[in-house]
Amino acid sequence: MTLTLEKVSYRYAGAATPSLRDIDIALRDGEVLGLVGASESGKTTLCLVASGLAPRTVGGRLTGRVLLDGKDIEAARIHELAGRIGIAFQNPATQRSGVTETVFEEVAFGPMNLGQPLDEILERTSSALRALRIEELAPRDPGQLSGGQQQLVAIAGLLAMAPSHLVLDEPTAQLDPAGTTLVGDAIAQLALDGTSILLVEHKTDLLARVCSRVIALEAGRVAMEGAAPDVLSDPRLGQLGVAEPALVRLRRMAEGAGLDPARLERAEASV
Amino acid sequence: MLGPAILVLIAVVIPALVAGVLSRLLRTSLLLTLPIAVSVLLVNVFFFPGGRTELLRIGPIVATAEGLGFAIEILARILAISGAITLFYLVTRPAELVLDLERRGVSPQLGFVANASVQTVPAMVERAGAITAAQRARGLDTEGSVWRRARGIVPIVGPVILGSIAEVEERTMALEARGFTRPGRRTLLWAPDDSGLQRLARWFLLLALPVLAAARATGWLS
Repeated sequence: MTLTLEKVSYRYAGAATPSLRDIDIALRDGEVLGLVGASESGKTTLCLVASGLAPRTVGGRLTGRVLLDGKDIEAARIHELAGRIGIAFQNPATQRSGVTETVFEEVAFGPMNLGQPLDEILERTSSALRALRIEELAPRDPGQLSGGQQQLVAIAGLLAMAPSHLVLDEPTAQLDPAGTTLVGDAIAQLALDGTSILLVEHKTDLLARVCSRVIALEAGRVAMEGAAPDVLSDPRLGQLGVAEPALVRLRRMAEGAGLDPARLERAEASV
Repeated sequence: MLGPAILVLIAVVIPALVAGVLSRLLRTSLLLTLPIAVSVLLVNVFFFPGGRTELLRIGPIVATAEGLGFAIEILARILAISGAITLFYLVTRPAELVLDLERRGVSPQLGFVANASVQTVPAMVERAGAITAAQRARGLDTEGSVWRRARGIVPIVGPVILGSIAEVEERTMALEARGFTRPGRRTLLWAPDDSGLQRLARWFLLLALPVLAAARATGWLS
């Protein structure tokens, strides 16, 4: 089960230049692929294209192919993709259905739409709430939650749909460190269960923790690609407007101060 | 005049009394109809074309008993309509209504539009609050004279409306990604309570409709 982008370029309707150019990405089962880049580098557009929402919902022009398990997703209808590719956006408020009275119903909204059996919906919903440790929010009104809580509910809603591929566009943007850790735990667990995840994040510490590979975008092109430790410790990352992880920064500072790198690595391992 | 009054009594007042919302119903319904009631009264009492029985004369303007009778009849009809709508609003949770309609085969999309419209109001109010606070922090005067307040409305209403429109695309995508456009029936988590008394009341109202229409058509109910 793979999600593959082959030579994908994409231009929004009315835009003078493409937002994505010649992107080649393959996302395999259980892989967490990190995506970094400065603002307007094409991260969100890539999420929309990979999830099948662009161009069919957004408009614009796509060249190249997006393949889901070897089949072009252009052939599939959008609701057919819903149970297979899940997407979370930055703004939790826009992800709320707006028609549910409790968080439990909100999380169950996706599986309900897919017409899954009631027992399965209840089980998946409870399981998704448990995974993000937000069971206590279940009876609350989703419209009365904080931004961070709303984002966790939105992610729980995706987990409840149990898609084989997840596209997460800055899912922790409104979360505190504890919330970010919870999302990181959920991502790691999903990957272990075989879900492939495309994760756009500015929090490179999270990427360093959960990603096996990282891609850096610049002006719609892949500027860097490789194993997460390599890309995230590459000094060129800063030039792309991406902050390096705290441990990388610490290691660099320690090396600058003449400290023994071996000791630092042992300290890192203990962290 | 008797017809609408009986209707108000049977279809609005008695159910409101049973549901324990009679005082809220009267208050809301009267407030809603007050502006139109005043204009209906003034126009008909003083300018009813067939008015002959003089009740009061203010210079060249004459208030007539026929005009007053006609105005009361119109008001009773308006109250029947506004009372029924208000009663519906007071005793029905939108989510339950939509769920029940969907359970009975109405398209989920239709229910969604109805329910989302109702639930959008608090979200808009919240957004307006946030934008007002932000504009105040940037020096917008929203507490001065009426003129100043009126001028302050534009920088608040604009972002509220434009922001809501801008969110529509992402909201649509989020719904599509959650399978909302899938054809066929959704699985519903629960069914609203539907007691025997409620079913009886529904059948009664449904049967009353052709009976009342026939009574009106035959002139038995004027």
